[in-house]
Amino acid sequence: MATLNELRPGESARVVSLTGTPSLVQRLAELGLFEGETLTVVALAPLGDPIEVHLGNTRLTLRRQEAATVTVEPI
Amino acid sequence: MPSAHLRVALVGNPNTGKSTLFNALSGLRQHVGNYPGVTVEMKKGRFSFHGIDFTLIDLPGTYSLAPRSPDEMVAVDLLLGRRAEEAAPDLILAVIDASNVDRHLYLTTQLMELGLPMVVAVTMTDTAAAQGIVLDCEKLAAALGVPVVPVQASRGVGMDALRSALCHGGKVPTPPPFPDAVAGELDALAAACPLVPRFLVQRLLFDVGGHIETWLTQTQAPTLPAQLAAARQRLAAAGCAVSGVEARTRYGWIRTATAGAVTKPTTRLTTRTDRIDRVLTHKVWGTLAFLAVMFLVFQSIFVWAKPFMDAIDAGRGWVGDLLTAHTAAGPLRSLLVDGVLKGVGGVLVFLPQILILFAFIAVLEDCGYMARAAFLMDKVMSRCGLNGKSFIPLLSSVACAVPAILSTRVIENRRDRLATIMVAPLMSCSARLPVYALFIGSFLRDGYPWWLSGLTLFGMYLIGFLVAPLVALLLKRTLLRGETPLFVMELPAYKMPTLKTVLFRVYDAGSAFVRRAGSIILASMVVIWASLYFPYVDASGASYPDRIEALEADDAPEGSAAEAARLQGEWKRNSYLGRVGRGLEPAVAPLGWDWKIGVAALASFPAREVMVGTFGILYDVGEVDAKEVGNADDPKAAGLKATLQKEWADDPIRGKYGVSVALSVMVFFALCCQCASTLAVIRRETRSWAWPAFTFTYMTLLAYLGGFVTFQLGRVLTDALGG
Repeated sequence: MATLNELRPGESARVVSLTGTPSLVQRLAELGLFEGETLTVVALAPLGDPIEVHLGNTRLTLRRQEAATVTVEPI
Repeated sequence: MPSAHLRVALVGNPNTGKSTLFNALSGLRQHVGNYPGVTVEMKKGRFSFHGIDFTLIDLPGTYSLAPRSPDEMVAVDLLLGRRAEEAAPDLILAVIDASNVDRHLYLTTQLMELGLPMVVAVTMTDTAAAQGIVLDCEKLAAALGVPVVPVQASRGVGMDALRSALCHGGKVPTPPPFPDAVAGELDALAAACPLVPRFLVQRLLFDVGGHIETWLTQTQAPTLPAQLAAARQRLAAAGCAVSGVEARTRYGWIRTATAGAVTKPTTRLTTRTDRIDRVLTHKVWGTLAFLAVMFLVFQSIFVWAKPFMDAIDAGRGWVGDLLTAHTAAGPLRSLLVDGVLKGVGGVLVFLPQILILFAFIAVLEDCGYMARAAFLMDKVMSRCGLNGKSFIPLLSSVACAVPAILSTRVIENRRDRLATIMVAPLMSCSARLPVYALFIGSFLRDGYPWWLSGLTLFGMYLIGFLVAPLVALLLKRTLLRGETPLFVMELPAYKMPTLKTVLFRVYDAGSAFVRRAGSIILASMVVIWASLYFPYVDASGASYPDRIEALEADDAPEGSAAEAARLQGEWKRNSYLGRVGRGLEPAVAPLGWDWKIGVAALASFPAREVMVGTFGILYDVGEVDAKEVGNADDPKAAGLKATLQKEWADDPIRGKYGVSVALSVMVFFALCCQCASTLAVIRRETRSWAWPAFTFTYMTLLAYLGGFVTFQLGRVLTDALGG
């Protein structure tokens, strides 16, 4: 078990649970990131934060702090 | 039987091609609507088809109907017919992106809860096809229970089919069913909140800490918060915690509904966007590309706009000459030429920069780069409590704060946006340059190392770069304190920007500025004109303008030009503004200033670019063209510098501490909000007088403090070094 901010570019994982604030959990769900989905970290911004994540056909960016609330299971 | 007039609400995620669709449907028959109390603007368009008149309301792009702020609530209220100025729509036109159907349908299933008839338009079918995604619109229509029409708005494909579907009025869909436990709690809550629409009751239950919860718990029975908490607790115990049940139910339903309608390749193909992103979000190449784009934006608003701004200035001068030639001398002519015309010119002169900046922003947003720029700059900006989206407005502000403040609309979070607006005027704009040039040229060039003038100018810009982030941080910790806003953002697929969308954006920005900020700028110019014009008679009752006119006549004797300049100076010194300035001398003395600098600074509050001109008048040189300050060959500019040097040398304070006084004036101008246009735009963008008043106050105090510290430090240093 890991959190999304620990994944390196190129690594994929399945979302296990979301532990962020209700509004963060809701926003992520609106963008298609919720329990059971598979995602891939594609890139980090020049200073290592925020990170870019692919999720189906959606490309998302979120800060490491936000990514730390997403528990994932690497695949 | 459809009525002869239908109101259609256009709803969809950001970056779905919604604006392109709106422009394709309504063409030029569109205007921007405002809503009192919020900063939201929505466009309304009109079109007719088969004898039916349509009103199309373009709601702001959104991922969901869960409002988090009063601004987001406007769209929900509008859909429910709860805004007094806007009747409920008859029909919803939901826009979804064919390459990402599941996610886009999430919003669509929320729209289904409203009980309104709906038509779905599918965009980006070509992008989807390129990725091997095939969408069967008939099957999707059957699954959703509403008409589904594929369109390519930029090429006009499918538009008649869409119009015809709208003519038929759409269909009322059945929303995805929630688990029984949820439905039961909704019924109980609905009973506790009579008169509240069922849709809002659902949002009350699902949106923990959302806008609806805040609003309803304040306006409904005092037992509601406890009842709501108990309901959420029971749902969590039943395995339907509100944090996940909505996403699970909606996405689950969507996957079943689209199973037969969408064919996707088993492995996701690498798209063009993926390939572009490998470069543009790359640590090295992405940063370089970003710097190149920013340089282009910066260069364009600084350099490309200049010929247009000069042309507007020249046009103003030409009209002024024309007016002077055809009107009699006196207050009326002066009001027209020096008040109204300068005011109108002062409004129009901002347009080239605004239009160019907005053309860039529209292109960058429409093609999808804006989100990447925010991604690249977020870490840096987050250090001062802002986010990546504040970067472009702050950079633009180095050219001019007016377009920069207008461009802060890309920042969704209200507090971040306000903080950016408040600090943008601290960046050294191009109108400050003549002031720097005058004082550096007069006091820091001759007799000093060659690099000192460049270093001083750089230092002036550095003040903005350093103070703005610090003030932003301070604001975010005090006045604008609150939960860190979410940064989570979609990086949309790259696409070619459409000319129409860009042109409409540019037109909207320009016309909004002229209509809303124009009147305030004009009014302030007229007020400052009047306070410098009246009274226009000297102690003996003779009129200054008449005496000056006589001296400027062609047959006037030698030396009368200098006498005219002297009279002009005397007149302005005795004007109301001059008198106030002289009265203020004790207040500006700690900055090392005399009353002349004080009056010039005071007269520059509506527009700092008048500083150099006013200085020329006060020092009896006549009006100096701010553009010519750096030009050693311009007789008036050179004359002003010589007069300044001479007058200061004769003065005990300014003679000894000339450099410190010059620096104090420059620091004051670097930090002060001497720009009525900026304040007018802040008023327009925040819909409140409080924020411009705050900006003005804090910047003026900061400027005074800056000038004070600079002079006093300089004085101590001069004394220590010079003995």
